[in-house]
Amino acid sequence: MYRTMIKGLFACMLGISSALVLTLSAASAVHASGTIKIGSFLALTGPASFLGDPELKTLQMYVGEINQKGGVLGKKLELVYYDTSGKAKVAKDVVKRLIKKDRVDLIVGGSTSGTTLAVIDIVEREKIPFISLAGSIRIIKPVKKWVFKTPHTDRMAAAKIFEDMKKRNISKVALITGNGGFDKSGHAQCLDLAPKYGINIVADESYNNADTDMTTQLTKIRATDAKAILNFGFGKAPAIVTKNVRQLGIKLPLYQSHGVASKKFIELAGDAANGVRLPAAALIVAEQLPDNDPQKPVLLSYKKKYEAKYGPVSTFGGHAYDGLFIAVEAIKRAGCVDKAKVRDEIEKTKGFVGTGGVFNMGPDDHLGLGLDAFKMVEIENGAWKLLY
Amino acid sequence: MYEQLLQYLITGITVGSAYALVGLGFAIIYNASDVVNFAQGEFVMIGAMSAIFLNAAGIPYVLSIALAVAITAAVGMALEKFAIEPARNASVVSTIIITIGASILLRGAALLIWGKDIYGLKPFTGEETIHIGPATLLPQNLWVMGCTAVSVFLVKYFFDRTRTGKAILACSYNKRAAYLVGINVKKMLLISYGLSACLGAVAGILIAPITFFTYNAGVMLGLKGFSAAILGGMGNPMGAVAGGLMLGLLESIGAGLISSGYKDAIAFIIILLVLFLKPSGLFGKSSWERV
Amino acid sequence: MRLLGLGIFAAVIAILPLLFPENYYVTVVGVTMFFNVILAVGLNLFMGYAGQISLGHAAFFGLGAYSSAILTTKFGFNPWLAMGAGVALVWIVSYLVAKPILRLKGHYLAMATLGFGIIIHIFLVQYDTLTGGPDGLSSIPELSIFGWPINSDLRWYAVSATVMLLSILFSLNIVASRHGRALQAVHGSEVAAETMGIDTSRVKVHIFVISAVMAAVTGSLFVHEQAFISPDSCSFFFSIELVTMVVLGGMASTFGAVFGAAILTYLPEFLVVFQDFKVLIFGGILMFIMIFLPEGLFVGLCRLFTHFKQEQKECLTS
Repeated sequence: MYRTMIKGLFACMLGISSALVLTLSAASAVHASGTIKIGSFLALTGPASFLGDPELKTLQMYVGEINQKGGVLGKKLELVYYDTSGKAKVAKDVVKRLIKKDRVDLIVGGSTSGTTLAVIDIVEREKIPFISLAGSIRIIKPVKKWVFKTPHTDRMAAAKIFEDMKKRNISKVALITGNGGFDKSGHAQCLDLAPKYGINIVADESYNNADTDMTTQLTKIRATDAKAILNFGFGKAPAIVTKNVRQLGIKLPLYQSHGVASKKFIELAGDAANGVRLPAAALIVAEQLPDNDPQKPVLLSYKKKYEAKYGPVSTFGGHAYDGLFIAVEAIKRAGCVDKAKVRDEIEKTKGFVGTGGVFNMGPDDHLGLGLDAFKMVEIENGAWKLLY
Repeated sequence: MYEQLLQYLITGITVGSAYALVGLGFAIIYNASDVVNFAQGEFVMIGAMSAIFLNAAGIPYVLSIALAVAITAAVGMALEKFAIEPARNASVVSTIIITIGASILLRGAALLIWGKDIYGLKPFTGEETIHIGPATLLPQNLWVMGCTAVSVFLVKYFFDRTRTGKAILACSYNKRAAYLVGINVKKMLLISYGLSACLGAVAGILIAPITFFTYNAGVMLGLKGFSAAILGGMGNPMGAVAGGLMLGLLESIGAGLISSGYKDAIAFIIILLVLFLKPSGLFGKSSWERV
Repeated sequence: MRLLGLGIFAAVIAILPLLFPENYYVTVVGVTMFFNVILAVGLNLFMGYAGQISLGHAAFFGLGAYSSAILTTKFGFNPWLAMGAGVALVWIVSYLVAKPILRLKGHYLAMATLGFGIIIHIFLVQYDTLTGGPDGLSSIPELSIFGWPINSDLRWYAVSATVMLLSILFSLNIVASRHGRALQAVHGSEVAAETMGIDTSRVKVHIFVISAVMAAVTGSLFVHEQAFISPDSCSFFFSIELVTMVVLGGMASTFGAVFGAAILTYLPEFLVVFQDFKVLIFGGILMFIMIFLPEGLFVGLCRLFTHFKQEQKECLTS
């Protein structure tokens, strides 16, 4: 008897306190309408934080710079962002929060493919222009009306790698990938594309991204007749794979994906990184581009600004630069922040020179980059070397 | 076939050594205080990250390692002093949640102090590959195995031969009785946590040159260490060591001979089977219930 | 009288969306909280009342969720039929694993349930032709009740709140039944319960299956609400979170579980403003509560309250 009353009382207290919180938040939800709100959700903590971290820094830096120059359409930009820890469920929650609580005008974000794919349904339902910063081809294929992206796809990376292998007359390849979304998606694209390039996948090994050692998988690969090893992954695992390959004395050419296109990879893998080939955005080899390359000035300017403030650039921050400026240009062309108009203008993006390449979007291409936007790079004496 | 198997064994023992040290840490704390310390993996991370950063700050290699172990030990003792001791009347599940809270807190602190980047430590002695028959290994693999063996031996010596070690054992059998014969129970608990944290730090520093560390790298190692301790039989330190080595070998051989994608699943299935056959682990004492 | 607390709780839940129909914390986070409450109340039956531990509960949630997702998207099942199939699957799986797993005690039980959860998770990640791998499955069709589609936040609020209240009612009834008393006897001492003529292993298996089925139903609802599922929604970390909800609120108290689930749902939402500090603060709060109120927030506060009222003998169980 007593205890039920007490329980009731507590239930009441719970109700009252939540009601209080709600009124408070309702008060703060009335936002200044004088700004253009750009929402973002990034992997700022967790294993994918090395993607989200440069992305956020880039967004913050350029939003600040644009505002200093007077904003867009006479309005200041306001960046609202949340951390997803790279988790799909969290991404879904924070995107709802961006749309329903913060009422953002458009979204630029989604560091990982998993978090992006998780929110596509809701973005489509709520009709918000969304530029993703993640790699998977599933994001834009089939085309979704409100969803765009700036990074090269995993399919392009696989194609670029296979192209290079063909040039070197390699037809038997051992594939080794992690268990993350990026890895698995790249793995699927490799298996799908290989026959088209006449490449035979002779070993298909997998590891857990938190593993400390991959020599077992590589020992298995060593026993096959593979002529090259392809590792699709990001974070610390590809660095461990690279070191393990050298430790086992495997002399085969080693290919990595664009997931390792940051200085950190070379630093971690050390001498073992030499000779590794990978497809990457032009950003990491900006200085080596010919002077008539249209991307060169954009790349050097981004690199200079970013490095002056935060240290070495990675291509991931570059994707955020592309996303932000494609959005800003579209808003300028639309002349307002009406979501449907901004979406239409994003789709009409033509000849936009970004860090990832020259973007030419269209109704059936929400990325707008060709295979030439990827550069083939080899690591030589601990530095990137542009091959072609 | 044979040449591959040898390589799998080397890999398995190296990885298993780290699990063994973490598992040993679990067992020591469990013995002393009946607490399953889910922050054990965080000790590994703190040890490795401190060593990496102290070394990067210009402190000599050996000194930075020693300091890192000391820092981790201090964190372990602080955990006992400020979280476990005040909650000594809490139920087992409540203390588990406290240690989970502690692990989240430590991870949060590491995130603030060291950021989100990935770091590596340079190997103890060179990176020249050593060939043993058809298999290869790095000097660091030998360091991992050797230092683990020495650590395990020292721990065994400590509990078997020294007064303090025996006093801790006495606490683990019956705290009240230990108190009555004049053992300073609080101090013994503090020492156990410190020792356990030390072992975690050693594990982290040993494998830091082989693998790499981030602020959240402790989670998986903690989980594997817990599995090792359970497999060997909770409360039996040498069982935990055996459990760790077995777990490492299971993973490596499972990945090599069956499937690398399902290697962790294979390891856990075998642990489950072992538990179904021996409900208190391989080397654990069977439990009974007091009515 | 026994249901007074539930009645007030229901009233508050019913009034909130009327006052704040568009509020994010009510209609969006509210639904997440209701799902968590169902899971926590279910797990509490197993942990709080039967005195067992499960670090793999998210696996049942995941099996329910994935059954719905796979059957509706890949095989064109009707969502309700898929939910039924998911529940049946979890019923069978939980019954099969219950027998050997529940022979284990304490930390060994924790390990076995943890292992079970991880095995299911690895399967969901690796078997990607069926499960979509780490990226999961999306575009899961919406649920409708007799032609009434559940397609807005408010409708989901209503549906999930109803299911939650039913599950609380169900839990309160179980606890008050003969079955519930048997459970508590098992919690007190299994040997003693055996000698009193209680078939302890049957009681434990029973409650384990009930708890798993509740998780499966929640998983299935969750998947339709989110229209998306990926393995990290049912990982080891989610299992730990569920245990934390139960313990944080207070074991062996249905409203404790409700309380715990509410806190663990809303706390991270409010900590978002602290950016990088949120992990540290969250861990700190968790430790603080458990150190100073080791019986859990709800039960602990309850006790303080009765202490204050000089009524120490009441308010311990249920």
